[in-house]
This record gives sequence, C-alpha cells and structure tokens, in this order.
Amino acid sequence: MAIMSYIEAVTLAMREEMQRDSQVFVLGEDVGVRGGVFRATDGLYSEFGEDRVLDTPLTESAIAGVAIGAAAYGKRPIAEMQFADFIMPAINQIISEAAKIRYRSNNKWSCPMVVRAPYGGGIHGALYHSQSVEKIFTGVPGLKIVTPSTPYDVKGLLKSAIRDDDPVLFFEHKRCYRLIKGEVPADDYTIPIGKADVKREGTDVTVITYGMMVHFALQAAEQLEKDGISVHVLDLRTLVPLDKEAVLEAVAKTGKVLVVHEDNLTGGFGGEVSAIIAEEAFFELDAPVRRLAGPDVPAMPYSPTLEKEFILNPDKIAKAIRELAEF
Amino acid sequence: MKHRELGLTDEQAISMYRYMTLARRTDERTWLLNRAGKIPFVISCQGHEAAQIGAGFALDTEKDWLCPYYRDMGLVMVMGQTAQDYLLSSFAKAEDPNSGGRQMPGHFGDHRYRILTGSSPVTTQMVHATGIAYAGKLDKKDFVVLTTCGEGSANQGDLHEAMNFAGVHKLPVIFMVQNNQYAISVPLEKQVAGGSIAARGAGYGMPGVSVDGNDPLEVYRAVKEAVERGRRGEGPTLVETISYRLVPHSSDDDDRTYRSREEVEEAKKKDSLFQYRQYLLDHGLLTEESDAQIEAEIKKEVDAATDYAEKAAYPDPSETYKYVFAE
Repeated sequence: MAIMSYIEAVTLAMREEMQRDSQVFVLGEDVGVRGGVFRATDGLYSEFGEDRVLDTPLTESAIAGVAIGAAAYGKRPIAEMQFADFIMPAINQIISEAAKIRYRSNNKWSCPMVVRAPYGGGIHGALYHSQSVEKIFTGVPGLKIVTPSTPYDVKGLLKSAIRDDDPVLFFEHKRCYRLIKGEVPADDYTIPIGKADVKREGTDVTVITYGMMVHFALQAAEQLEKDGISVHVLDLRTLVPLDKEAVLEAVAKTGKVLVVHEDNLTGGFGGEVSAIIAEEAFFELDAPVRRLAGPDVPAMPYSPTLEKEFILNPDKIAKAIRELAEF
Repeated sequence: MKHRELGLTDEQAISMYRYMTLARRTDERTWLLNRAGKIPFVISCQGHEAAQIGAGFALDTEKDWLCPYYRDMGLVMVMGQTAQDYLLSSFAKAEDPNSGGRQMPGHFGDHRYRILTGSSPVTTQMVHATGIAYAGKLDKKDFVVLTTCGEGSANQGDLHEAMNFAGVHKLPVIFMVQNNQYAISVPLEKQVAGGSIAARGAGYGMPGVSVDGNDPLEVYRAVKEAVERGRRGEGPTLVETISYRLVPHSSDDDDRTYRSREEVEEAKKKDSLFQYRQYLLDHGLLTEESDAQIEAEIKKEVDAATDYAEKAAYPDPSETYKYVFAE
C-alpha cells in the first residue's frame, strides 16, 4: 500500500474517476497547464487534454454555473474553487441553483457535480485564504458536504462524491495537503458519504470533529494518555448528511463531549451537533456539551501572533478535554 | 414576401401567428383567473410574443436546448409545452410538468423538450446554458442553446460571466435579451449605460445585434443567423429584441405608479399581434374568417386547459419532503 499525502490522494481520486468515466471533467482557475495552484490537478492536463481539464476565466460564479449546466446535461463535472474564500461569488449558483435543481423540478432534473475547495488556516493565508466556509452551506438542504481528514478518506470520499447523483461540496483542509500523509490502497475503493469514523477509541471524553482538527485532537489525546485520560475521537468526515447514529454512539462511549471545529463558534456546525446531543442523548451526558471553535471575529488575521491566537492547536484542545474530564 | 425570403413556408408563417395568439390568450386567461381570485400570481409574456415565437422557430426543437426566463411562455410552447401545461403551473397542481406545483408560474423546466429548470434569481440560467453548450462541445454535438433574460437582468454579473466564458470557448450559445423598456418600475435609461445591450457583445468577442422585437420575422432572421454561427463552431451571439411590456410586471404590480397611460397606449399601437396579423392579411395568408377560426380554436384550447387545470389535484402534502436528494 502506498504512503501518500492528502493532496496526492485528491489527485489520484480524480485521475481514477476520469479514467473510469469519460463524463467526468475538471474545470477551474489554473487547473490545466499549471495543475492547480496547490497542484491538485497535477498531471491531469497531459493525461486527459485541455477539454477535460479546463482552464476557465477568473469567474467563480461561472465555474459553478457552467458545472451546473453540464451536470444537468449529464456530465460529471468537478469544479475547483481556488480557495474556499473565493466561493462567495458562486454562492448564488450553489445555493439558489445546484441545491434546488432536483427539488424544484420535482425530480426531473439533477445536478451531479462536485465543488472542491481548499479551506482552513494555519498557512499564513490571512483573512481571505484561511476561511472555513462550511457553515454557510450546512443549513442548505440539497447539498452534501464532505470534509475528510486523511488521505485514505480523501480518495474514498472523493470518488463517492464524483459518483453521487447530487451536488457535493468537497472541502479539503489546505493545511492537510502536504502535512498529512497516510496509506492509500491502489484499488478502486469508495467510502460512503454520510458515514463518520472513529479515529481513536477512548472511555473518558469524546471529541467530535472533522478536517485538520481531527489530527490536533489525536495529538491532544496522545498527550492526555500519559495523564491517564482516555480520549475517544469521532471524525465526522461528512457534515451533510450527518451520521447521527455515530454521534450518539460516540456520546454514549464517554458521557462527556467536546465538539471542535476551526470555523467560527457562532452558527458553526458544532451548534447543530450539540443540539442533536441535547435532544437525543441528554441522559447519556455526565457533563454539559462543550464547544471549542474559532473565535467570532471575521476571519484569521495575517500576523503570526494573531493567527496563532485564532487557530486551535493540540494544546488548546487538550486543555478543554482536561477540563471536561475533571468535571 | 419577407417570410419566404427567410426560408419560411406559408404554413410556418401562419403557425407563428397561431403560437403568438395562443401565448397571448393563455396569458390573458391567467390575468382573469388571478383577478377572480383563482390563481395567486401572474407573470406575463404580453409584448414579448413576437420575439419569443420568432426565436423559437429558428431552433431545431428536436435537438436544441432552452434556458428560459420567466416571461418565455411563447418560447416554451414552441419547444413543446401547451396551454394546459401553463395552466397546471398557474394553478400549482401536481401535474405541473415544470415543478409538480413547487414553483411559481413562469419557472419553466421540462426534460421532455430540453428546457432546463429555472429559478427566480435572474441570469443564473445563462451560465447554465454555457455549461450545456460546453458539454455539447465535449460530446461533439451540433446543438445550440438559446438562453434569455430581460434588459434589467442584463446588468447582472452572471450574464457577463456567461458571455465571456462562451466567447472564450466559442460555444454555441445564443444570448437573447428581451428589452421591454422596464425592469419592474425602472426604465431603460436608468438600467443600461449607453442604452444598448447589443453593443455589449463586442466586449465579449461576439456579434451583438439589435432587432425589432415586435416583428417575429426580424427576430427569426437574427436568431437563425446566430443558430447557424453556433452550429458552424463560430461561437455565441448576443441578440437584443426591442419591444414593450404591455402589462404590469406581474399581477402584484401597478404600473400606473411609474408610467403614463398615454405611453402604454402608444406602445399598444405597435403590438406585434396586430402588426403581424396585418402582414398575413396583406399577403393573403390570413382572412378575417380564418383568423376567427384560429381564435375560436385557441379559445377552445385555453378553455379546456383552464377547466382541466382547475379540476386537477393538488400535490399531496407528503410531496413536500420528496426529492431533496436522489431517492
């Protein structure tokens, strides 16, 4: 089994799906000759040609909208937003159009497209190259939202996203791109959208999270193990549809829950997870559900002191887990 | 005779008139039904019939695609929809082929005739048209995509993104802007800098033509040329049809608050139905008797459609939850 980086798994999934299905094509800014600013489409242009690895004008709304039209026609487009921060001009296309095409046409039309977008901070990207944008979409029925944390999950989930008959927003944490490496099988496996994954078994405190924060939570768990605190880590992997069963199971494991995300606290997806736990697992709880998230400031600032203050890290997560353990 | 010079048979010329009349009478019926309290909303095609029917006749309705806007009753009828389809939608009944009663009238979408489902935010569909045309290019098909909007909408970014994208990739899209002088209450001079939509084509590498939107034959000529350019692989065309919105923006609007009755009466003198009827009478293609016959047939058709739609069933409340995703 090959060890590869998170971004190599992104590329591999797209390559395999483009080989498997001639309806799949990629479009976005700099995805062609350049292979993407992060190199996610590296090598695809030479393998599949300029028509299937399409360099678009610098127009996010058209990238999404052209993908929607092509998907309605019967193609399987993968639209790349260069940074999740730049998805904003495409929001009308994604929310008013992609999310509603099946519903508003009474199932006569559909929109099987994937929008890939690198999100998250910790790479000195400042306000407009660091944002987590998932909360803008998690309350919009009609969109599936996938936020993988490992190369293995990336390959399996991206393949499922491309084969899905509905629009999928595939958010890739850009700090994971080269930092996170792992084993990725060469075979054609998929991971179902909507299934969470236990990344670590534990008995004292449950951490529910996704994306880069999974790795920080696992590092925090390592630290705390030395002090005799056993941490259970559930990686949601998919935000919509949410694997509620896995959430409730993870709550029952420990009775103490910390929900973690890099996205802002208010309106973040942790609020939804917490509400579900309060409604459906109240009697499993031994402590109030705690949320740890990005602060409610507009975005992550540039200066290293400010960036560090904004972003979560294993120490901040360990501190919150310890407080819960001691409750 | 002009229609023969354009390659239209006498039968086609009369058929155009029949469609124009059918659209007008169906539209008038919906106003009556609205004022009688039977249907909640009307959005009108009155004043647009010549532009829509002329354009529709330039398409190959067996293979070309349409991404329409909310006034396009005439166009969708040429593509294949009927007065009954329109009235089912007006009454929001389960059999409404556009949406199963989910959308307001004028939100067309019909997979049978390659009419893409649409929304209310304006010009999003023009980007979809570009995507469909791109998909057709990938599949080496020779269909064209007609997409339409009003002159107010022509200020939206999506139209400009779509025109630029289609221009760069030489896609067979016909962008038809139906300039009816008003965006609800705001007149052309406060909407469109320079006063010409057609002039904008040059900026996107395509011909921009302005035609008399009250003359179906002139519109046919312009759109036919655009279709032929598209099929030859020469790229998109922008067509601006100039006419006048003969009624308020919608059944909830009162146009007496922003334009004079004299202005409206003056515009009615150029009503395409009268002008084109006169053309047919002058050339002996229509007589008072045959016209009365057409009117009688259409009245029967619209009566039957009204009756059918009024009696048809509403969607079951359980339909509310269906088709968020593939089922």
